[in-house]
Amino acid sequence: MRDVSIIGIGQTPVGEHWDKSLRELGFQALHAAMNDSGVERVDALYVGNMLSGELTGQEHLGALIADFAGLRGIEAIKVEAACGSGAAALRVGYMAVASGLHDIVACVGVEKMTDQQSDTVTSALATAADAEYEALQGLSFVSINALLMRRYMHEYGYKKEDFANFAITAHANAMNNPYAMFHTPITREQFATAKPIADPINLLDSSPIADGAACVILAPTAIAKEFTGKPVRVRAMAIATDTLAIHDRRDPLYLEGGAISAQKAYAMANVGPSDIDLFEVHDAFTIMSALSLEAAGFAPRGQGVRLAMEGEIGLNGRIPITTMGGLKARGHPVGATGMYQIVEVVEQLREEAGANQVKNARLGMAQNIGGSGATVVTTILERL
Amino acid sequence: MEVARFWRTTGQRYRLTGEVCPNCGKPIFPPRDVCPVCTKEARTPFTFSGKGEVYSYSTIHVPPQGFERFAPYTVALVRLAEGPLVTAQLTDVDEAEVYIGMPVEMVTRVLREDGERGMLVYGYKFRPARPVRDDAPKSAAEPAHVSETVPDAPAEVGPSAAQVAMASATA
Repeated sequence: MRDVSIIGIGQTPVGEHWDKSLRELGFQALHAAMNDSGVERVDALYVGNMLSGELTGQEHLGALIADFAGLRGIEAIKVEAACGSGAAALRVGYMAVASGLHDIVACVGVEKMTDQQSDTVTSALATAADAEYEALQGLSFVSINALLMRRYMHEYGYKKEDFANFAITAHANAMNNPYAMFHTPITREQFATAKPIADPINLLDSSPIADGAACVILAPTAIAKEFTGKPVRVRAMAIATDTLAIHDRRDPLYLEGGAISAQKAYAMANVGPSDIDLFEVHDAFTIMSALSLEAAGFAPRGQGVRLAMEGEIGLNGRIPITTMGGLKARGHPVGATGMYQIVEVVEQLREEAGANQVKNARLGMAQNIGGSGATVVTTILERL
Repeated sequence: MEVARFWRTTGQRYRLTGEVCPNCGKPIFPPRDVCPVCTKEARTPFTFSGKGEVYSYSTIHVPPQGFERFAPYTVALVRLAEGPLVTAQLTDVDEAEVYIGMPVEMVTRVLREDGERGMLVYGYKFRPARPVRDDAPKSAAEPAHVSETVPDAPAEVGPSAAQVAMASATA
């Protein structure tokens, strides 16, 4: 197996892009990443996307974006794993380069959500859950996370406001990310009094609906320096699965897929949680940050929230998370999110994170979650 | 909801019919052909009692399409007496009265309506095991929640009520 590195990154601002279509967003990120790496052509394109069929009436995104980008003829396919689609596309690109089938590969994550009304988007997002036993009962995707949050608070004795620092930290970090959707700090009081969506989850526990696209270009590490002075190596990568429905889990408060994929990635990289300098978590809701921190071994069961309460998740904390705003404040264009996480870790490892730079960052990790934990992609990147 | 899909899932939605694993004995709901514990084939039907307790709950203020007229409504994970968790709406209860551990029982209600000319989809919901309605029988000697092996047929159930009652009686 060949060693693989990221030689270029690109992203669009996250937000409501009423003036841009799905294909334009995808191309914009791809174009930026190709420029960043200096490549003029790629051997293959893998597009991570969740909802184009539901929200845009458009599938077949591999060929669509390849053609729109002037790359007609290349291998191109769409990869779908709900909100984990972005990192799943990276996984396919990684396998293609590592196996030797392709040398230069583009992985794009793209989502276009804001053309539709929010009830349509709410129903579309529920397709990440079990259609016959969760969605049919009237559960929104938010409410599934709310069930987890309520039980977590009950079992471990937390109050709602104990989760506030996850959202406050994300908003503070987004202030310095020009690509983030929100550039507005939030207060504890705003967090406590925000509009309820599915009790106990309110608006400020939740990541926003958004449009966006992000892209990375992969190449064998052996030739990466021909393209860039700052290649970032894919040190390890692993996907694990769990049940779609949380009622089918052995323990709904344990992200088994998160734990398995993290353990596999640690084993492949021969490192442990204490070696990781920053961790981009999948903070679709504050409860997911807590569960992800626990599954990845940064806190014991029931203690993930404590890292936020004690300020250990900030840029100078024990384990900085959501360093560029996370899903909460950078925004959550679902199928693109996993690729934004990777782009942001690369920014940190190249020391291009500006005011949010984590000092001496050498190993960065991202965990992209599909559904409420049914697909979990863990990636460990290393500065070369 | 599509007619064929509605039809092929009536067993689980009307009667809480799942499976029991012939190999390890674990009761399974929803039905899933392969036992999640021992991974052997499990195709022996098993109808659950419909009794359980609330494991977690949430009140939905922003509903998906098709559920607007019910909002706000409360959904729950219910731990069935036989073991499995099931996801369902709570009914006949004020959200402020719901608590983790609350005993509940299954009833059949309208789950959703697919527009003016579409189907009314019926299925399981759960209500407090102790009747809270004012017109519920209140006898100190014989409390309704103890004697009640057949759930009351709610007024809105219509054609499926008899079928549900029979299925529950033979469970």
